[in-house]
Amino acid sequence: MKALFDTSKNPALVWAGVAVVGVALIALPFALASVGTAWVRITNLAILFVFLALGLNIVVGFAGLLDLGYIAFYAVGAYVYALLASPHFDIHLPFWVILPIGAALACLFGVLLGAPTLKLRGDYLAIVTLGFGEIIRIFLNNLSQPINITNGPQGVTLIDPFRIGGLSFRNTDTFLGLSFSGPIKYYYFLLAVLLAVIVINIRLQDSRIGRAWEAIREDEIAARAMGINTRNMKLLAFAMGASFGGIAGGIFSAMQGFISPESFILLESIMVLAMVVLGGMGNIWGVIVGALLLSFAPEILRYTVEPVQKALFGRTLIEPEVIRMLLFGFALVLMMLFRPAGLLPSATRKRELEGGRRES
Amino acid sequence: MTSPATSSGPPAGALLVARGIAKRFGGVQALSDVSFEIRNGEIYGLIGPNGAGKTTLFNVLTGIYQPDGGTFTFAGHPLSGLKPNEVARRGIARTFQNIRLFGNLSALENVMIGRHVRTRAGVFGAMLRDARTRHEEAAIEKRAFELLEYVGVARRANDLARHLPYGDQRRLEIARALATDPKLLALDEPAAGMNATETASLRALLEGIRRDGTTILLIEHDMKLVMAVCDRVLVLDYGKKIAEGTAAEVQKDPQVVAAYLGGDVALNLKGAA
Repeated sequence: MKALFDTSKNPALVWAGVAVVGVALIALPFALASVGTAWVRITNLAILFVFLALGLNIVVGFAGLLDLGYIAFYAVGAYVYALLASPHFDIHLPFWVILPIGAALACLFGVLLGAPTLKLRGDYLAIVTLGFGEIIRIFLNNLSQPINITNGPQGVTLIDPFRIGGLSFRNTDTFLGLSFSGPIKYYYFLLAVLLAVIVINIRLQDSRIGRAWEAIREDEIAARAMGINTRNMKLLAFAMGASFGGIAGGIFSAMQGFISPESFILLESIMVLAMVVLGGMGNIWGVIVGALLLSFAPEILRYTVEPVQKALFGRTLIEPEVIRMLLFGFALVLMMLFRPAGLLPSATRKRELEGGRRES
Repeated sequence: MTSPATSSGPPAGALLVARGIAKRFGGVQALSDVSFEIRNGEIYGLIGPNGAGKTTLFNVLTGIYQPDGGTFTFAGHPLSGLKPNEVARRGIARTFQNIRLFGNLSALENVMIGRHVRTRAGVFGAMLRDARTRHEEAAIEKRAFELLEYVGVARRANDLARHLPYGDQRRLEIARALATDPKLLALDEPAAGMNATETASLRALLEGIRRDGTTILLIEHDMKLVMAVCDRVLVLDYGKKIAEGTAAEVQKDPQVVAAYLGGDVALNLKGAA
């Protein structure tokens, strides 16, 4: 991982690579927009799922705590944004105020989930977290009476988009002859946040805190005997993971303009977990690849399954939605058979110890 | 067989005082009324037949189990009710009979984790990577590497702990424990499964650790090693203390002989080893 950023080895090549990737990422939304604005939206959602997967990776990949209710934190973040920036309560706070509130509240819920489950591991923890995820969703579904807080199954509509000064993320603006539509603006925002999230994740993993998490994952008793306060470290993992989910939820809310409890079902939690597992638990780049793959694959299938059937048989034999999930499930089974550690398994993390190298 | 340490004499003062330690598991009295003192700077042996309660005593001492009776006083402060991580913070580090390394982390990272309890960087330090955190991180790495060199595993620093040969894993566990800057190093059968050469170099390592000022509590079945390095030895049998004294005294004790051989047979430890 470090070698990728080790500019001392081959600075020119590395910077050239960074420049090429950077330009490609900046040009990407315009290329996508020429195919169809839908693809920009799909890409934005894919990046949001990368956030979620990276957040869950802290809990599952680093600390080794299996969490099947992760989407609940996404829901908390999404509802905080929706309620504080919509006509529902007629509150319209700016996004840079709401996102930290959403992150903080999700963090609080993370600790609320973590505290009673400290002694649980594996299957038992999975069941409790699964229940937690459902509790949050059912609450959101039913908190319309006696006081209407969440508007129940109808969800919250007309959620404000992001606004920076007079620049609204809903309208299309033309700048330097380029047309910046709403999704394209969100794309750049997401790209910037994604960079920050990746840097934070790499730094967390390669730190005293990250090592403590990994120690708990590897052997909790040995970790405690080494003086690691496993209670605090586990709560910290839950809190950090939840905060990431909360921020992602807030952005989701603003991007969609409408949310309902439907968006936060168990299947979504499982999907995010599948991204982490598919990519390679504990490996940041693997998790990113897994998240992008699982976000794009169903969409690509959606657009190819029907035309292929039309060409082969002249009509649609199987509904795209059905075959999509079938192929998807099949691919996951194959993955688990042939690459059980994930696409990019967490490799031996080699540390170049400058001082030590010279001495040895 | 020489007993090296008694000649130099351990510094005065007790580091660890155990008074009437008892532990019961269901109907089994694993420990009953065990009392002893470990002096500063000595290597204190803990021996006894299988199932005598040695590892239970370790687990009670390090906070993994709470004792049903009795107290430990460590460096003048009671240890009762402390959790394992708090015991480690007070300065007792241990190894495990069935090696418990962080298998999927490198040898160096294993030792770096040992520094956790003596360092401070928090989550914001990790994210912002300010000068202080970077400085601390460099110091952790440097100290960890020094410890790997100290125990002789430095050339495997970047290998995953689970890929290390058995003897190196034992040594790595000692390095990880030393990384917590312990006042008392508690080793649970460090020579188990080692050949004669490895045991000899382990003996040199233990003597080096003691010379550098760390007191050692040693559970060991290798009697030759125990007799060679331990200043004093405590013998447990069925959870009770049956003898305590220098290695030479203990091996002549008829009760010890009976515990080991189940009868009134002369125990020739020189021959047995």
